[in-house]
Amino acid sequence: MHPGKANPILEVEGLTLSFGGIKALTDVGFEVAPGSITTVIGPNGAGKTSLFNTISGFYKPATGRIRFQGEDITATRPPERAKLGLARSFQNIALFRGMTVLDNIKLGRHAHLRTNVLDALFYFGRARHEEMKLRQEVEERIIDFLEIDHIRHMPVSVLSYGLQKRVEMARALAMRPKVLMLDEPVAGMNREETEDMARFILDVREEWGVTVLMVEHDMGMVMDLSDHVVVLNFGQVIADGTPAEVQANPEVIKAYLGSGDVSELRQRLHQPLAVGA
Amino acid sequence: MRIGTARSSYRHDESLFDSRTQHAWLAVLAVALLGFPFFADEYWLYLACLVAINIASTTGLNILTGYTGLVSLGQAAFMGIGAYTVAALEQKLGTPVLLNLLAGGFVAMLGGLVVGLPSLRVKGLYLAIATIAASVVLHFVFANWHSVTGGHAGITVAPAEILGVSFDTSFRLYWLFVPITALMVLGAANLFRTRIGRAFIAIRDRDISAEVLGIPLLRYKLLSFGLSSFYAGVAGGMWAYFFRVVTPESFPLIMSIFFLAAVIVGGMGTILGAILGAVFMTMVPEALKLIVGWLPLSADATLILSPVRTIVFGALIVGFLVFEPLGLQEIWRRIRRFFHLWPFRA
Repeated sequence: MHPGKANPILEVEGLTLSFGGIKALTDVGFEVAPGSITTVIGPNGAGKTSLFNTISGFYKPATGRIRFQGEDITATRPPERAKLGLARSFQNIALFRGMTVLDNIKLGRHAHLRTNVLDALFYFGRARHEEMKLRQEVEERIIDFLEIDHIRHMPVSVLSYGLQKRVEMARALAMRPKVLMLDEPVAGMNREETEDMARFILDVREEWGVTVLMVEHDMGMVMDLSDHVVVLNFGQVIADGTPAEVQANPEVIKAYLGSGDVSELRQRLHQPLAVGA
Repeated sequence: MRIGTARSSYRHDESLFDSRTQHAWLAVLAVALLGFPFFADEYWLYLACLVAINIASTTGLNILTGYTGLVSLGQAAFMGIGAYTVAALEQKLGTPVLLNLLAGGFVAMLGGLVVGLPSLRVKGLYLAIATIAASVVLHFVFANWHSVTGGHAGITVAPAEILGVSFDTSFRLYWLFVPITALMVLGAANLFRTRIGRAFIAIRDRDISAEVLGIPLLRYKLLSFGLSSFYAGVAGGMWAYFFRVVTPESFPLIMSIFFLAAVIVGGMGTILGAILGAVFMTMVPEALKLIVGWLPLSADATLILSPVRTIVFGALIVGFLVFEPLGLQEIWRRIRRFFHLWPFRA
């Protein structure tokens, strides 16, 4: 659980990504230790979601490598990354709105199922067997675990925001992930929902042995949960370490508050007043 | 949810029809379908066969447009491929009927795979235009590949013959078409209980997150095109045995629009919707014809009223789009919900 000691499960190295002339990421590099909870923080527009999208394969970086379990996946397409064990949720919930909770979760297992078209049309043998096994596992390991059994047959579109986030996590868990990437898992949630989600994230790590990589703004939660925090600002890593190290880092304080020196800020505020008086 | 249907196993919960009431109604439907040919006259049997063919094709298009979200205006052209394949096989080789129908499906499927290729890059209206282009190309092929299609004159098809029985009347064809269509509909229903069907819906609802879940978009879009045109091909094959002559003009663009309208009017992305839509689109013009026939009018007035019929039909479709965008199946569902608690609660 101490970053750098074990072989990292996910390694990002020298990642540069630009859209037209705008550099979204510049030489971004960090490591995610297996079994850790690693959080990427940074002000709005720092490039956190771009980083996530690059890791899950939507964006092709101009330079740099992404290694997953020691294997270079920089050129791997998103569906193959999913099969390897890289699961993610989205900031603005990307559930399938026309489907029930159960079907959404089952979709997570897609890449691990073998049913082909012919099996499916006749729903016999393999298809039926696989579906029943899947249903049982989804019910007993995921729905139970995330406490969403009361909504399993509901269409996703009628659920509250907090529940939708939970269903999205359930779907990601159905993917049998090795690394679970969560993009702002508690954004827009109230205190209680946030605490529930924090508990689920810790439980996922404990019970499933899944490594968690998340982007989050809720500082309280980040500092409580994370083993390792990476701070991005203007597309660059400005700090990287334990929560305590990062909190004490003057660069980080500057990025969040605009200035490292509070007394200087106070002085600047008071000067015009003094002139006026 | 309906009360009094406590389910005690996952298998029960996952079945297509899970309540006793549904099983009872299915039995009623089966009896009605079995009994129908013995009571109906030639005209109604003719309509029943046509409805069966249209249900098969609409169900196919529904897989592509309703479930996968890819709009296609090529369904009639794919039916044409199936019809020509069956006609050519029947004429040149005289192979067994069921084999011909399967072959029609597979050849149409190949066509669908080719036409589906642009679907990775183009969506919505652009894809619709691409499929129109494909149907124009296919029409050209039908009209000009003389050695196989017989050019503009087309091919005359001998009656289907299985084990010495000649399927030359609507009564006999009914016993061929209805089981085939029932199997195809059942297959489609099964498809959406498995990972394949779920992947289609995922692509329709949000293709980006489908990709992250490990669904290769191109492969599944092509699969959807392939399945949809397989259904069209088999339906086209049945069409060939039904009308017994296949010409390039048999499968015009308006027919593709007919199927798309059936999918929308019935309710996109539901098995029942495709059935109801196909029945509606086939039967309502006939019903209107009957109603005009019953009106005590002179022959002249009937002649004048025939365009009015078309207008009423069009207005009905527009009405559905405006007042019930979820289609006929939603109306059906509402009726069912009402009767769940009736007469204890209105």
